[in-house]
Amino acid sequence: MSSPSNKTRRTIILTALATAVHASALRSAGAEEDPPGSDLRPQKADVLVFAEGDHEGEVIKPDDLKPGGPPVRAWPKDPKTSVVRKASRLNEVVIVKLDPAELDDDTRPRSADGIVAYSAICSHAGCPITAWMKAAQGDKEVLKCMCHNSEFDPRQGAQVVFGPAPRRLAALPLVIADGSLTIAGPFIGKIGAQQGG
Amino acid sequence: MTMKQWLLPGLLASTCLFSIACSAGPIENYSPVTSDRLKNPEPGNWMLYRRTYDGQGFSPLKEINTSNVKDMRPVWTFSTGVVEGHEAPPIVNNGIMFITTPMGQVIALNAKTGDEYWRYKRQLPDDLFQLHPTNRGVGLWQDKLYLATTDDHVVALDAKTGKVLWDTKVQDYRKGQYLTLMPLVVDGKVIVGGSGGELGVRGYVVAFDADTGKELWRTFTIPGPGEPGHETWTGDDWKSGGGSAWMTGNYDPETKTIYWGVGNAAPWPGDSHPGDNLYTTSVLALDPDNGKIKTHFQYHPNDSWDWDEVDAPMLVDLQRDGRTFKSLIHPGRNAIFWVLERKPDKINYVAGWPFVHTDVWKGVEAETGKPIVDPAHKPVMGKRVEFCPSLWGGKDWPSAAYSQNTKLVYVPANENFCGGFTGEKVPLVAGQLWLGTKPEDIGLKVRPGATHFGELQAWDPATGKKVWSHNFPKSQLFGSVTVTAGDLVLVGGTNDRMFRAFHAKTGELLWEQKTNSGIMGMPIAYEVDGTEYIAVQSGWGVDAQRIQDALATQNNVGIENNVPQGGVVWVFAVKK
Ligand code: FES
Repeated sequence: MSSPSNKTRRTIILTALATAVHASALRSAGAEEDPPGSDLRPQKADVLVFAEGDHEGEVIKPDDLKPGGPPVRAWPKDPKTSVVRKASRLNEVVIVKLDPAELDDDTRPRSADGIVAYSAICSHAGCPITAWMKAAQGDKEVLKCMCHNSEFDPRQGAQVVFGPAPRRLAALPLVIADGSLTIAGPFIGKIGAQQGG
Repeated sequence: MTMKQWLLPGLLASTCLFSIACSAGPIENYSPVTSDRLKNPEPGNWMLYRRTYDGQGFSPLKEINTSNVKDMRPVWTFSTGVVEGHEAPPIVNNGIMFITTPMGQVIALNAKTGDEYWRYKRQLPDDLFQLHPTNRGVGLWQDKLYLATTDDHVVALDAKTGKVLWDTKVQDYRKGQYLTLMPLVVDGKVIVGGSGGELGVRGYVVAFDADTGKELWRTFTIPGPGEPGHETWTGDDWKSGGGSAWMTGNYDPETKTIYWGVGNAAPWPGDSHPGDNLYTTSVLALDPDNGKIKTHFQYHPNDSWDWDEVDAPMLVDLQRDGRTFKSLIHPGRNAIFWVLERKPDKINYVAGWPFVHTDVWKGVEAETGKPIVDPAHKPVMGKRVEFCPSLWGGKDWPSAAYSQNTKLVYVPANENFCGGFTGEKVPLVAGQLWLGTKPEDIGLKVRPGATHFGELQAWDPATGKKVWSHNFPKSQLFGSVTVTAGDLVLVGGTNDRMFRAFHAKTGELLWEQKTNSGIMGMPIAYEVDGTEYIAVQSGWGVDAQRIQDALATQNNVGIENNVPQGGVVWVFAVKK
């Protein structure tokens, strides 16, 4: 997703939708077709691959990311078996490259070369978080869920800065190993939506 | 341990099995719901989405009226514990109230005291994403309740205990299928229509056996090869053409005809799906016995604006131009106020006029009722097109009401909103968004010089005259309207959290009460032990919130974005 190109246009952009909202890369494949391990949560030493676009399935290298965003959608991949863990949409992550100096003290140790990774599943009603837009309050670009306009600051552990989301996105610690973005440990925090009632 | 001590925990446990959170239930003396009761509901009950099958949203109660409504006060409230848009009318059957909330929760309450009998909580899948996390109420039949869920199931509950009696999967939520409407029950059939038009689904209406949950028929709103209307589609467009049917239909028991509203075409830009695209943005006349389409009326062909026409038309015996006829009345999302004539096998155009500003239509063809489009304001692929009204239309899904006293139609309209987007080719992936534009690229614009946004309108369908209107200078109006024989027009829908009563004849604001959140829910009137109550759910979210976010980010409007969320049932009465 590209960010709005100029301020005038931004002011008229509807930060909302009528009957529509952004939906995720849902995989409709039945569980029986999925190779073993593809529905496991991201594991330590997994690499990350592009979830969409011309390079879909290719391993992500730090230089593939543009500093300052936009975020890239990614799946974890077991480097030993080459299984991409995309059988559950709860495994999808967004990664964004930021200035390390902007990251807070909790976020920096989880980042690699300024790159941070979070669950792509919104903590509000489970939509995918795809947009990279100027915050409703403040001037920085933030991760935005177009479903109901929740915003998360990736510099501060993806804490909620706007909208109905009740809590931050789950974070995925990263390191760089052999030139690739590699997962350093399991998700920190709860993945996915709240259950109502 | 004595025998009694052994027995007691066992008994409690078995009661708790009936619903996930157990309370004071079960309900004693429940009144079974029959076809006769649904066709002729007692004045004090509200057992259908709009109380009666004709969809008028009219209550014959008049104990609370224009002279005493100023003394109306809250008598009890009940917090649902859920955020997001609470859009369901409380459903009342002889002193028992059933409410539903987002996330698929049903709560049974004593309608007089607000005491809880039982609560059902749907266990939604972890990987579900809810495009519209809401629910519009339970259908009633005999001693059962029917709930349609966002993970695309229809569930039957025991009305007395909340116990699940059957649970039928309708389609696969992972493919963008979901349900938010209140099921329509007709003669032992539970009828629902699917959501998901923005995800490239093919819309449908489906009926289940009320006792067993077995599917009886399914009618696709987009005709396949060999079916009448298929020729209005090009190539394979019909397979993913939208036309979801996500609001409850109305019913004419005399002719045994259901009138069901059908939504927008997918993806949005019209040149990406050439043709008239039946039966998108239409009303279907369906036979409840077999789902057969008897006839239809298309409000506008080749929809390109996301203008769902899912709110079913009201069935009104109308006097107009010197004759009385059976009409369908539908203030459309496409900004046209429609008056149609319903015959058993045909729907005729009678009249249509804009009820808010629109630059899309140049008029309506008198013979056919087909609106004449200005191509400059019809979205296409590859360029930005602006149009009025906005994507939310002149009136979105929140329902209008018709008063049998005043013979007027009360419309929750939005004026002075325009919008636009750039058509763009997006590959179709099952379960993925498929709008034909980037969600970030959708615009809402306030018309220059706008003095207000929300507008509660009273129209005379016999003359096409606006009798009165009440303007909201700082808010959209996004809530259903109910009218009573006490000549009260009841509506929430504004961002100041108010619930209001207007004089049905004059439009005078007679009473208002601030609530916990904003009101998207449908007000109702009911009676228990000779006392009239007015009830509504307050709980802001979904599209009312989306419009609010859009308004608050417009530089020139000066509207704060401070509507809190959280659902509460409010019940009012006049102190005797
Ligand atoms: S699902 Fe993300 S804001 Fe609602």
